[in-house]
Amino acid sequence: MNTNSNTYTFIYASVLVVLVAAVLAFVAGSLKTKQQSNIDTEKRLHILQSAHLATEAAKASNKNDYVASQFEQYITRSYVVDYRGEITDGNAFDIEMKQQYELLKHKLKQELRLPVFECTLDDGTLLYVVPCYGLGLWGPIWGYVALKDDCNTIYGVVFDHKGETPGLGSQIATEKYARQFVGKQIFDKDKFVSVSVVKGGARPNDLHAVDAISGGTITSNALQDLLFMSLEAYVPFFEIKTKQ
Amino acid sequence: MFKKIFLAPLFKGNPITVLTLGICSALAVTVKLEPAMVMAASVTLVTGFASLIMSILRNTIPNRIRIIVQLVVIAALVIVVDQVLKAYAYDASKQLSIFVGLIITNCLIMGRIEAYALGNKPIPSLIDGLANGLGFGIVLTVVAFVRELIGSGTLFDIPVIPHSWYVANGGFYENNGLFILPPMALIVIGLVIWVQRSISKELIEKQ
Repeated sequence: MNTNSNTYTFIYASVLVVLVAAVLAFVAGSLKTKQQSNIDTEKRLHILQSAHLATEAAKASNKNDYVASQFEQYITRSYVVDYRGEITDGNAFDIEMKQQYELLKHKLKQELRLPVFECTLDDGTLLYVVPCYGLGLWGPIWGYVALKDDCNTIYGVVFDHKGETPGLGSQIATEKYARQFVGKQIFDKDKFVSVSVVKGGARPNDLHAVDAISGGTITSNALQDLLFMSLEAYVPFFEIKTKQ
Repeated sequence: MFKKIFLAPLFKGNPITVLTLGICSALAVTVKLEPAMVMAASVTLVTGFASLIMSILRNTIPNRIRIIVQLVVIAALVIVVDQVLKAYAYDASKQLSIFVGLIITNCLIMGRIEAYALGNKPIPSLIDGLANGLGFGIVLTVVAFVRELIGSGTLFDIPVIPHSWYVANGGFYENNGLFILPPMALIVIGLVIWVQRSISKELIEKQ
């Protein structure tokens, strides 16, 4: 057979591509549930980590089960709030922060659906865990901020990123970096100021600033914007909660 | 004969140190041992099966679209590996991120198909592919071992440098951050090549 004729080449290419597409579709389809459960576990783990919980996750023999049971135990309530800070319907866990980020960016406040997770610690302390999302240097960065029940003092944070520069911007995902945020306040008296990320180092005792990462200026700035933009959307909710 | 096909790429015909194929990913994923070994395993499977499939198809492929067919087969295998990692080794797949996808561009795979699989029977091709993947993996592991030990003071994320040695705890030792950056991978590979050539002198080019 002449394997170099045009017809043969066309048929060969078409058959090959269709075959490969079928195999890939089958593989992707059969692994999808498993992959989604990994993604959900990671999300739950981040929410718990922002409240310094689920510390044994790396050692757990079945990470998915461990994280799910911890989430069940500590996240006592979750709901969705709108731009006025009032609770509306919706499942907090299923909200895509990327969409909310787009809405915020285009100032379409009315359509915002913001998830809130209430976390009750062993000693009864109530925490509000809220997500944040923004764009870093190379891709999205996101995280969760756990606030004490005064809706002002940060109890803990966790950040993650898609592909910030290894060793530089990627350090926002380290526990060491996140620890800086503990005890910082997002309100100065009654004014929302968020937490700034200061190049060259924040002044000691500054309640509203943390150190930037040397060599990771763009990621640091992005982190500052992400905190301001995401937390600002929750300000009406925080005000309602503090007045109660 | 199979033994020879299998053993050659591990040392005297090593894809990285002798053929200098697949250097790019060797530089990128050798900061820590664990991702390096996941990468090595992925590349081994992809080279092995890509060589096997291409060798089975070798007499049917239209010569004009030879390279495209190779790419389709390699890309499909890489996507399968990527999907499986996302399902069963999520943390490792996050650390490797785009580098799994970049296995497609690893010169090693196409290099072996062009040089070996297209002219040989399926079983020797499979062995050749797997052995080249392993040869690649050995170098990756050695480089990652050195970089993780000196750069982070850990092996498989377990600290191996005594805590009290560090300057922060009143000791004398500090991790060398330079080893985390890609240039040190190149230098470490250079050192590996040097060591290999001083062991087997026949690899040294004649003046």
